[in-house]
Amino acid sequence: MLEVKNLRAGIEGVEILKGLDLTVKPGEVHAIMGPNGSGKSTFAQVLAGHPAYEVTGGTITFEGKDVLEMAADERARAGMFLAFQYPIAIRGITNAYFLQSAVNAVRKERGLEELDTLDFAETLEKKLELIGWDDSLIHRAVNDGFSGGEKKRNEILQLAVLEPKLAILDETDSGLDIDAVKAVADAVNTLRSADRSFVIVTHYERILNYIAPDHVHVLAGGKIVMSGDMKLALELEAKGYDWITEGAAVAT
Amino acid sequence: MTKADTRKSVAAELKQAAEAYVEAHGRFATNGAAAAPKWLKERRDQAISRFAEVGFPSTRLEEWRFTDVKAIARTSFALAGEADLGGLEATVSAHVVGAPDQHVAVFVNGRFTPSLSRLGQLPSGVLAGSLGDALSRDTERVQGLLGHLAPEEANPFTALNTAFVHDGAFLYVPEDTKLERPVHFLFLSVPVSDVPLVIHPRNLMVVDRGAQATVLETYATHGEGVFWTNAVTEVSVGENATLDAYRIQRESEDAFHTAATHSRQERSSNYSFITFSLGGGLTRHDIKVVLDGEGADATLDGLSMLRGRQHTDHHTTLEHAKPNCTSWEYFNGVFDDRARGVFNGRIIVRPGAQKTDSKQTNNSLLLSPSARADSQPQLEIYADDVRCTHGATLGPIDDDHMFYLQSRGLTAKEAEALLTYGFGSEILNAVKSAPLRQALDRLVRRWLAEA
Ligand SMILES: Nc1ncnc2c1ncn2[C@@H]1O[C@H](COP(=O)(O)OP(=O)(O)OP(=O)(O)O)[C@@H](O)[C@H]1O
Ligand SMILES: [Mg+2]
Repeated sequence: MLEVKNLRAGIEGVEILKGLDLTVKPGEVHAIMGPNGSGKSTFAQVLAGHPAYEVTGGTITFEGKDVLEMAADERARAGMFLAFQYPIAIRGITNAYFLQSAVNAVRKERGLEELDTLDFAETLEKKLELIGWDDSLIHRAVNDGFSGGEKKRNEILQLAVLEPKLAILDETDSGLDIDAVKAVADAVNTLRSADRSFVIVTHYERILNYIAPDHVHVLAGGKIVMSGDMKLALELEAKGYDWITEGAAVAT
Repeated sequence: MTKADTRKSVAAELKQAAEAYVEAHGRFATNGAAAAPKWLKERRDQAISRFAEVGFPSTRLEEWRFTDVKAIARTSFALAGEADLGGLEATVSAHVVGAPDQHVAVFVNGRFTPSLSRLGQLPSGVLAGSLGDALSRDTERVQGLLGHLAPEEANPFTALNTAFVHDGAFLYVPEDTKLERPVHFLFLSVPVSDVPLVIHPRNLMVVDRGAQATVLETYATHGEGVFWTNAVTEVSVGENATLDAYRIQRESEDAFHTAATHSRQERSSNYSFITFSLGGGLTRHDIKVVLDGEGADATLDGLSMLRGRQHTDHHTTLEHAKPNCTSWEYFNGVFDDRARGVFNGRIIVRPGAQKTDSKQTNNSLLLSPSARADSQPQLEIYADDVRCTHGATLGPIDDDHMFYLQSRGLTAKEAEALLTYGFGSEILNAVKSAPLRQALDRLVRRWLAEA
């Protein structure tokens, strides 16, 4: 599904990703952990196609397509989704209207009829039911005045409605209370399927305990320096990153 | 000529341009307007003297720094007369947006036109329609207010309007009366011959103690022609009264529009004024709200959406004259192509107006590198226990906002339109009447679709 090879990328002339490799197969859940500033958000933003980042080497393919040739909106319509670490507030536009616009952008691309407000309200209601959330956020302006936790939940709601094939979650669990982490994990588990994959960036093994990823990677110094399974996450929780990053430094 | 000479000659030209209006006033005073009561004639004469004295304002005046009215001064306008009403019905229905059951008063070239109006049944004691009628029937009430809320010294164009007062909107809602349906005053500029026309609508709205009303003023153009609308609206909101006032300016891009809206509020009154500047080539609107009784609350919102070479200038003043009043001001502007917006927001807190709570926001969105906006807050605070805040944003659409929407599948064009719509929506959401909000929403969307 997703194939990243020797990816090099940076911003404002500073190289941040220094040869990153990652392969995600359909239905798999990958966790990426790593110290602050190691390049996790950079990787997520580069995957989503943020124009401020410059890719200087390597390849990204998604379902056989050369992602680096695609603009951010094309990637989204092709089925890639990023849950932002810092979601953006949009004044004056309700969540419902925003979601309707996004869903219709995808439908247009696929040659489907656009949904009107009533049809969409029904779709939205069903989605909320599916993930077991109420509709308290949907009539408010997108992320405007939302608490940190509400913003994160709102990203998951968008994920649920947009039904991407690949979802990248950048620290969606950070800043959430225990119940909210569980709610987000439950939603992810509900949305998991044989043809939908997840890349979950996190600092905490707590969410991973609920989600049970297939693979756990450590990103340090702009590369994946170690890969394993859930045991690796537990080990990191106990020991921190020093033992790995020191090893990685020796390796380079 | 040196630069200084040019400036001097422009100033002289602007002063001289007033002469044609003095002459026109002479003809006006001896013709149709001769039947007016004495007090009105005196007020008009005084006003034309004032205009003759100050002339058209030059950009050397601080208040007019960003808005150059030379183009108005250089055009030879004739005082608009009666127009052919043929074919106007369709234009009227196109502009009578909002609640289907509203009371409608139509003014063609500034004159009340009963055949196009639909005032329907008004609650007992409510007067709605023509100021011209009120000047003869209700002269004392009008005399006590006209020109008192909007004095001729406020602005040269207010003086000019007063000099030519003859008709316009009139609304009187008596004590404790609730006017359920909105009153819509529609002002149409209609060509008479090929000459540019000037129209001076003069509006007076009085909502007495404990009364409630919703009004809408619309300014629009019918057919082709060069027009100058120079409107003045005076508003009096009595103790405990509530007035929701809306204004839509959607004249053609060949139109000049100067306007002043002055209101005064008494104790515990609520006044909300939301203005939409969607048309006109050159627009200048001075808005002054005086909170003149304890516990009064004022809302002043505006949305401008302009493109091409359109220019709009809002000069607003919120004057807190008494303690414990609140005011909330929120102006958004969207400017594309070479359009330009000016916002000047003054908040005055008079001595003793303690516990004033006032918040002002002005956001300008520039959709093109050639668009321009100027925003100036002016706080004059003469009391110590007050809360006054102001904030402004100005610039193109933020890259991170664009990316967020694009990452959800919207094309760059769709993302830009949605973000711009959000800008408009913030003001639309403040419109209380649902049918009016929907109608304005359609106007905003149409504007976006024309991009
Ligand atoms: N605009 C920028 N200009 C220069 N450096 C930047 C810029 N944006 C990010 N960086 C740097 O790139 C590095 C990687 O940042 P990134 O946000 O990807 O880290 P992260 O792994 O997501 O960290 P965290 O765990 O704190 O979220 C950091 O050193 C950061 O300071
Ligand atoms: Mg990060």
